Amino acid sequence: MTNAAEAAPTTGQGHGSTRRSIRGLFGQTEIDLRLFGMLVALAIILITFHIISGGKLIQPANMLTMAVQACGIAILATGMVLIIVSRNIDLSVGSLVGLISMSYAILMTDWFPHILGIGVDVPFQWLLALGLGIGIGVAVGALQGFIIAYIGVPSFIVTLGGLLSIRGVIWYQSQGAAVTGLDPTFQLIGGGALGSVGELFTWAIAIVGCLAIIGLLYNSRRQRIRYGFPTRPRWAEVLLAAIGSIALLGIAWFANNNFWPKGLAAQYAANHDITPPPGGLLIPTGFPYPVIMLIGVTIVMSWLATRRRFGRYVYAYGGNPDAAELAGINTRWTLMKTFMLMGVLSAFAAAIAAARLNGSTLDIGTSYELYVIAAAVVGGTSFAGGIGTIPGAVIGAFVMQSLSYGLCYIGVNSPGQNVVAGVVLILAVGFDTWNRRRGGGKT
Amino acid sequence: MTVAQTPAQSQPAPEQSASPLVEMRNVNIAFGGIHAVRDVSIELRSGELIGLVGHNGAGKTTLMRALSGAHPADTGEILINGQPAMIRNPRDAKKYAIETIYQTLALAENIDAPGNMFLGRELTSRIGSLDDGSMEAETRKIMHRLNPNFSSFRQAVRNLSGGQRQAIAIARAIYFNAKILVMDEPTAALGPTETAQVHSLIRQLKAEGIGIFLVSHDIHDVFDLSDRICIMYHGRVVATVKPSEVTSDEVLGMIILGKRPGEVTQEELAELRA
Repeated sequence: MTNAAEAAPTTGQGHGSTRRSIRGLFGQTEIDLRLFGMLVALAIILITFHIISGGKLIQPANMLTMAVQACGIAILATGMVLIIVSRNIDLSVGSLVGLISMSYAILMTDWFPHILGIGVDVPFQWLLALGLGIGIGVAVGALQGFIIAYIGVPSFIVTLGGLLSIRGVIWYQSQGAAVTGLDPTFQLIGGGALGSVGELFTWAIAIVGCLAIIGLLYNSRRQRIRYGFPTRPRWAEVLLAAIGSIALLGIAWFANNNFWPKGLAAQYAANHDITPPPGGLLIPTGFPYPVIMLIGVTIVMSWLATRRRFGRYVYAYGGNPDAAELAGINTRWTLMKTFMLMGVLSAFAAAIAAARLNGSTLDIGTSYELYVIAAAVVGGTSFAGGIGTIPGAVIGAFVMQSLSYGLCYIGVNSPGQNVVAGVVLILAVGFDTWNRRRGGGKT
Repeated sequence: MTVAQTPAQSQPAPEQSASPLVEMRNVNIAFGGIHAVRDVSIELRSGELIGLVGHNGAGKTTLMRALSGAHPADTGEILINGQPAMIRNPRDAKKYAIETIYQTLALAENIDAPGNMFLGRELTSRIGSLDDGSMEAETRKIMHRLNPNFSSFRQAVRNLSGGQRQAIAIARAIYFNAKILVMDEPTAALGPTETAQVHSLIRQLKAEGIGIFLVSHDIHDVFDLSDRICIMYHGRVVATVKPSEVTSDEVLGMIILGKRPGEVTQEELAELRA
């Protein structure tokens, strides 16, 4: 790192200058301002409801429940970003989640034991179910994507048709009945005390995350120096690494301060011949599995969007469809893939929904598409095409979820929550539009 | 160095062979009822620059789009180095080392300069991930040659000036070792200094044996740079002439009236002068 400072021409620039405004310092860290702004908005929402609720909202149990509720929408929103960026829309996600969710339920209660002869004792049937669910998602996504990309029917129409017809298929699947009783391992995907990774893994994940942040920062700095590009000042690198690591470790600590319910802990103690201490046995839950799934999806989707040709082509098509075509990109196949990817993500979201419910009903996933689109748009995705980020959409999903959770917590009923969600959606996009225009179109 | 190797680069330099670099034979292109290009035949040799002129809607751009693969010809043949070539889309054209600078520039506004330079031909790491470092380094190299003042390598192209955007479009066409270059109004967005730079670049590319089609509205540019001038009128070729054999008035007459100098009546000439 010694020759790093010498090779970096911008390192010393800020020191002698009198114009060391906060904005300038902020600029040197190269933090995405929009993303940072959304995190601040999320914090303000939570703190406001915390105060209104008399200091009761922000505690581990509440925050983890809220996170689990946001996971399905957030996972779907990462895919919706790419679809909206490439100037399309997918209205069928809610119905597709319902279809796959019902498929999981029927597979595990009927097909596996009665047709394939897989009993309850057979391990990994959750994985088989998940694999088949992903297969259904990809197939439906491929069919819709093909009609949109190769035949040229507008995505709004195709997926509106999907929304209606797939919901109908769900009825035929179960003959109108709710199906319950899933594989116990599969149920863990839904989170809860048992569906969490526990104290040790939570710390391990946080530490791996810290190392990854430091590694990525170091690697990017080394790359820039190798090519002689300007680098961030070193204080900014250290600050970024420190903030990222502290945030991760803080969240892990927070999650580990959520404990198993008393009854469950007492039962566990009895089963394992442990004498509970006077206050009862405290078993930290740590991160729930759906949150782990969301973290994984966010990382993979960000990688696809920014580090792979596929993502580059999606953004190029959104920015200028003609340019993408003239550059020799197979634009149709690229568009079709975005819908197939949405199918994969629908299978994940359906797994969380079915596992939380321990089964599936006819209306599971209803109006998901609207919440998913709202999350993506609040997260900075533009319907003009070409603009939107994966982390933005995930934060957007959390912003929307924190609003409805907070309102619910202080006793506002569901219609009231909808009113607020709708108004906030319009305000958020209105503010964003105004901000972009003021910034002269700069992103 | 991981510079992209196009198939054309590995071929030996073209000797003065009998077959032309590009030969378009009896090309027809129609949009609905409008016959945009009618039975056009044209030849381009290596190191030669053909200036395509004609008023708006004469079919110059449409003819060139057939060569670029942006809109394939309805009928007719395209031969590259004497071999029949199937050009159905831009990917095919690039395989024949045909590069195009479009009048619209065809840039993705939301992506930065290196991203646009390498769009569709990204440099990747061993596991197939985008190698943004190499792409930026290569872009810096070529832009240094084309436009030394260019420094906005990380900004979305929409925030750049017309000249900078034009420079990216030109850089993209010449970086991949084109043999055949189609330039549709390459200096339309440029000031005098930048235009002069592009002209010297064009001369340099010709000296390297690249065949160039230049579509331009600027008669003086065309006279200045062309080896031959091809005048189009309502989808047909009026004439293909050497700049030394005609005056610019005669070329203007062909552009406006669609007739060769000998065929123009005195009345029509008088009307033109008025």
